[in-house]
Parts: sequence; structure tokens; C-alpha cells
Amino acid sequence: MSDSDVYIEVKDLVVKYGDRKVLDGVTFNVKRGEVFVILGGSGSGKSTLLRNLVGLMRPTSGSIRINGKDFTGMDDEHRTDVRKKMGMCFQGSALFNSMTIGDNVALPLREHTRLEASTIDIMTRIKLELVGLGGFEDYLPSELSGGMKKRAGLARAMAMDPEIIFYDEPSAGLDPIVGAGLDSLIRKMQHTFNLTSVVVTHEMESVKLIADTVCMLHKGKVVGLGSLDEVQRTRHPFIQQFFARQPDEEGGDPEAYVSALTS
Amino acid sequence: MTAILGNTGRVTLNALYAAATVCVMMVETVNWLVVQPLRGKGFRIRSCVEHFVEFGANSLPIVGMICFLIGVIMAMQSAYTLEKWGAAILIADLVGISALRELAPLMTAILITGRNGSAITAEIGTMKVAEEIDALNVMGLNPTKYLVVPKFVGMLLAVPCVTMLAMVIMIAGGFVTSVFLVGVDARAYFEETAKAIVYKDLVSGLVKSVFFALVIVWVGVFRGFQVEGGAEGVGKMTTSSVVTSIFLIIVVDLVWTALFFRQ
Repeated sequence: MSDSDVYIEVKDLVVKYGDRKVLDGVTFNVKRGEVFVILGGSGSGKSTLLRNLVGLMRPTSGSIRINGKDFTGMDDEHRTDVRKKMGMCFQGSALFNSMTIGDNVALPLREHTRLEASTIDIMTRIKLELVGLGGFEDYLPSELSGGMKKRAGLARAMAMDPEIIFYDEPSAGLDPIVGAGLDSLIRKMQHTFNLTSVVVTHEMESVKLIADTVCMLHKGKVVGLGSLDEVQRTRHPFIQQFFARQPDEEGGDPEAYVSALTS
Repeated sequence: MTAILGNTGRVTLNALYAAATVCVMMVETVNWLVVQPLRGKGFRIRSCVEHFVEFGANSLPIVGMICFLIGVIMAMQSAYTLEKWGAAILIADLVGISALRELAPLMTAILITGRNGSAITAEIGTMKVAEEIDALNVMGLNPTKYLVVPKFVGMLLAVPCVTMLAMVIMIAGGFVTSVFLVGVDARAYFEETAKAIVYKDLVSGLVKSVFFALVIVWVGVFRGFQVEGGAEGVGKMTTSSVVTSIFLIIVVDLVWTALFFRQ
């Protein structure tokens, strides 16, 4: 695999909250143009990993290289440049509630580019068409359903024509049909624009549909990495338990229980 | 004993932490108010004007009304004593001086805290809870530039402006009461007011109002970014924002009154 095929390179990532290690030596590569799924239970550290990947947190040690550049050691100004090539879909969509859907999508274009207002209008409309929300420019986020909000969040993430999109629990809180619609949208984006996608989820159904590579996290460590089949064949007890949907034994590790509650 | 010491330590640490955070926020704000715009990173002048209108013009009806009533009340209360000495004309001195030096700046600041200080905390807090602040960061839009600077500029301009109008309105309240209720000659009252108030009274009042504005906007923003959890967190911090703000306004008022004492 040549270097240019790797879009994100994570090496020995360690994140601590106080004395507690949330991520412990996480290492993996995300290839350009693939759908990379980060899978794990509650408290596995997958949200923390995502926050580090998009630069909302800085790791305690280890490095993240994005597109060949060291993202962890960068100052804020250079980070902003890297972020212009990144899109993120938040779990709760995180649309700006005081603005219309159209203004939400147009915001990054207005702030980061010197395009004319008419051009921005057209681009906004194209992005909304792309996610199946054509004609909803003038609606407020509060007037949309959960699934539509997530689609609008995706349109906003796509606004700057990013090279990579991060999805935080894309199908959480949606009914199976709307969730499946979102999964196929993730696939469509990846096919049409050769987008690299990083998806954090715990929904097995959507993993089967979208994943090229799966990275399984458990207690802050990578316990499985590879295609879904490869990971499923791994003999790690947690992986077997996760795929078989078995509950933890009663009265299990109290420390694990507390950390699951608090993360 | 250990508990007392422990509590004292915790409270001190929290206070120091808060002070440090506020200092960092100040530096960031000045950075995005002066340094970054000069380096061509843009300045959201439109948003500043919008906030000025919201904090200033839209507060005028309630501030004007209350300050007029306070003027009326002060005139009536002082008439009770002054009339016994046949010195009803001195109501003009009392109302004029206390409006300029004390009551107009204080009432304006307290009302704007209730109207807008709380709103600032609620807005930023809600955005934080809904991941909107994270969304700004990921999009490469600096929350300080985008959210704090416009509020800072708007507040710093609005409070002194509203205070000046409040001074006039409060004096008008005293004038109306004295002339129509107490029976002071209108022309004499006018002349007495002109004789009583000096330039320094106005300066003292306006200096105070600038510092009140700083308190309102800093506490509002600081408490907003402190919000954790959901809707309950927003409510708690909004309340705390108003209480902290009014407390600090009174402390600042005391400090400036002491500095201007007998000057």
C-alpha cells in the first residue's frame, strides 16, 4: 500500500481523562475513498476517538496524520485549513437553530470563500438536492423531522466539497427505514465523490451495509481491525459477545460498569 | 475541620480557575476584535450592529419606563423630608445627582442583565448542549469570532448609550412629580438641576456603565460556555449568570463610587 492511499494515519493514540485511560494505544489507517466504521459498545472510547480525529480534543500522546500532515501538532490556523477539507455529521445534527436550512448549508461557504451570493445560493440548492431535501431552504431546523435534520446536517458537511466526512452515530434515534435511507446516502456519497468516510456506530445492521473496513474498540483498545468478515472471525471474547448480542454477566466488573455509566 | 479546609480549598481553586478562564476569553476576544481583523481574517460588523440594536434599542422601552418610575418615586420620597424644611426645590439636586452618578447606570445594568445577560448564557449554553459549538469548530469557524465578539461590541456600545437616555428619563420623572405633585416652579426646577449636576457626575456614571457592560457580557458568555448536560444545565447556568452578574455589578459600583468619592 503506497502512502498516498492512506488518508488518515493514527499511531499509538492515548487519551486520558485524569488518571483514566479512555484510549490506549489506538493504531489504524484509513484508506482514501473507503468507508471506515468504528464500532464499539458504550464506554468503548469511540466518541472520544472521533473527537480527536476532527480536532475537538488533543490526545495525551500519539499522533494523527491527515493527508500526510501531522494534525496533532498543528497550530489552530493550519488546523482550520485542514478542517475546510473535512465535513462532520453530528449525532443530533447540530444545525444552527436560529438559521434556516439554506443558511446553515451556506454558512461555511459564506465564511470561507469569496463566492458571490448567487453562486452560494445555487451551491446550497445543489447540496440540498443531493441529500433529497430540495425545496427546504427556507425551513427552520425545528420544522424538520429527525431524519431530515440529519440529511440537512450532511448537506452542510458537504458544503465545502470535503475530502472526508465523519459521521457520529448516523442512524441513532431513527426508525429502521429512515436509518437505512441514511446508510444508502452514506454509500452514495462515497461512490459519487470518492469520499473517504469515517462512521462511528454501534448498529450492526448498518455496519453490514456500509463498511469496507471495521475497527472494533473495546475499553479503549483496538480488538479487531479489517473487513467485517475478518473481524467477525476474530476469537476475542468481546467481539463474539458483541456480534452474538449477549448481555454482560450479572455482577460483572464494577469498574467497567461505572466507566460505562460515566462516559 | 478537614471538611472546612477542603471546602475552602475547592472554592478557591474554582474561583482561580474561573478567573483564568475569563482571562483566556478576554485575550481571545481582543485577538478576534483587533489582531485577526487587521490580518484580514474578517470582522462580523453586521452581527455587531444586530446585537447593538437588540441590547440597546430593544431594551429602551423597559429601561425608560422603569427609570421614569424611579425618578417619580425618588422625588416623592425626598419631598416628604425636604418639604418640612421648605426646601422642596432641592429635590432637583437629589434626583439629578443620584440619577447621573448612581441610579441610572445601576438600573440600566441590572435590567439589561435580566433581559440580555441571561439570554446570552441561554443561547451559548443551548448551542453547547446541541453540539452547535463543536459544529462551528469543526467547520473551522472560531466561536469567539462568531459568537463572543459581536456580543462584546454590541454590549459595550449599548449599555452606555441606554444609560445616558436613562439619566435624562429619570430626571424627567423627578421633574414631572415635583412640578405637578409637589408644586415646585418648573423653571426653578430646571435651573436648579442645571446648577446641581456637573460634568464629573456624568463621567462617573458613564465610566461605571462601561464596566457594568463588561461584567454583563463576560459573565453571560462565561456561564454559557460552562453549561454541561441538557436543558437543566442551561436553566441552572442562566440563573447563576444573572445572580453572578448582579453581584459583580454591585461590587464594581462600590469600587467606582469609592474612587469617585469626594472627587
